[in-house]
Amino acid sequence: MNDNLIIAGKSYSSRLLVGTGKYKDFAETKAAIETSGAEIITIAIRRSNIGQNPNEPSLLEILPPSKYTLLPNTAGCYTADDAVRTLRLARELLDGHSLVKLEVLGDPQSLYPNVVETLAAAKTLVAEGFQVMVYTSDDPIIAKQLEDIGCVAIMPLASLIGSGMGILNPWNLQLIMERVQVPVIVDAGVGTASDAAIAMELGCDGVLMNTAIAAAQNPVLMAAAMKQAVEAGRSAYLAGRMPKKLYSASPSSPTAGIIASVRS
Amino acid sequence: MITVSINGATRQFPQVISIAALVEEMGLTGKRIALERNGEIVPRGMFATRQLADGDRLEVVVAVGGG
Repeated sequence: MNDNLIIAGKSYSSRLLVGTGKYKDFAETKAAIETSGAEIITIAIRRSNIGQNPNEPSLLEILPPSKYTLLPNTAGCYTADDAVRTLRLARELLDGHSLVKLEVLGDPQSLYPNVVETLAAAKTLVAEGFQVMVYTSDDPIIAKQLEDIGCVAIMPLASLIGSGMGILNPWNLQLIMERVQVPVIVDAGVGTASDAAIAMELGCDGVLMNTAIAAAQNPVLMAAAMKQAVEAGRSAYLAGRMPKKLYSASPSSPTAGIIASVRS
Repeated sequence: MITVSINGATRQFPQVISIAALVEEMGLTGKRIALERNGEIVPRGMFATRQLADGDRLEVVVAVGGG
């Protein structure tokens, strides 16, 4: 069965998207990302060394654009202007690449999204031809507005970035999925495999994570667990779970043919 | 003598040089970078023909790991 994730007209077989930050070195980054099976990977845009470290290895040498769909982000941006500038630089850096992850943060303690600045940046970026996957709060009204602006995927948090607190408000995720036609991808908050499975069982189109893998004791093993969890959760969603009942009075084994009691 | 700011650091050059010459001086020729001058992107293909001017503010960026 073809059950690919379609984003901005392009088809992906993996529904797990991963970040590339917080690993101890490039070897661990590469091993974890290969194990995750992710095809879309986020990168950040930062100031280059300006001669003080000329032989610094490059992330894109171990994660080449020919092998992965790179998703440059605007992590660390607190205004729409900074986010737009960052993604213009990313487009130049990646030879005209237009698929991007927009995130505009509200404060450095919570990293909660600033939706006012996010909406403004999304409008500018869409007008400039970017394909915008947007990190946002789990507010269904804002999610719909971002879709109406032209964003190609809506990426609500499940809980705060880097918190590992899991899916705190499944009801809001459902409200978003009912209102939005483009893919809904949980971005931020996943802590372990069951969180990813729950997101997928709810019907989310994908899950984006970084810290849950990179900050695990064994990141490569956690990458494998997340791959399986996203696949299992997706299959369970497609299979359609049985309804929850307090009790069923319907045993799984036949009620006929039970041997007689010796006492009566 | 011109003075420019590169990634927040002040650099001085005895005379006007091209952006390509600056990139060479920083050891970044051929590296995957993007460059912004005074808030405007300078495409890589124009590095050789664009000259630095006194007071320019440059940002030079690369891709790094991030989530």
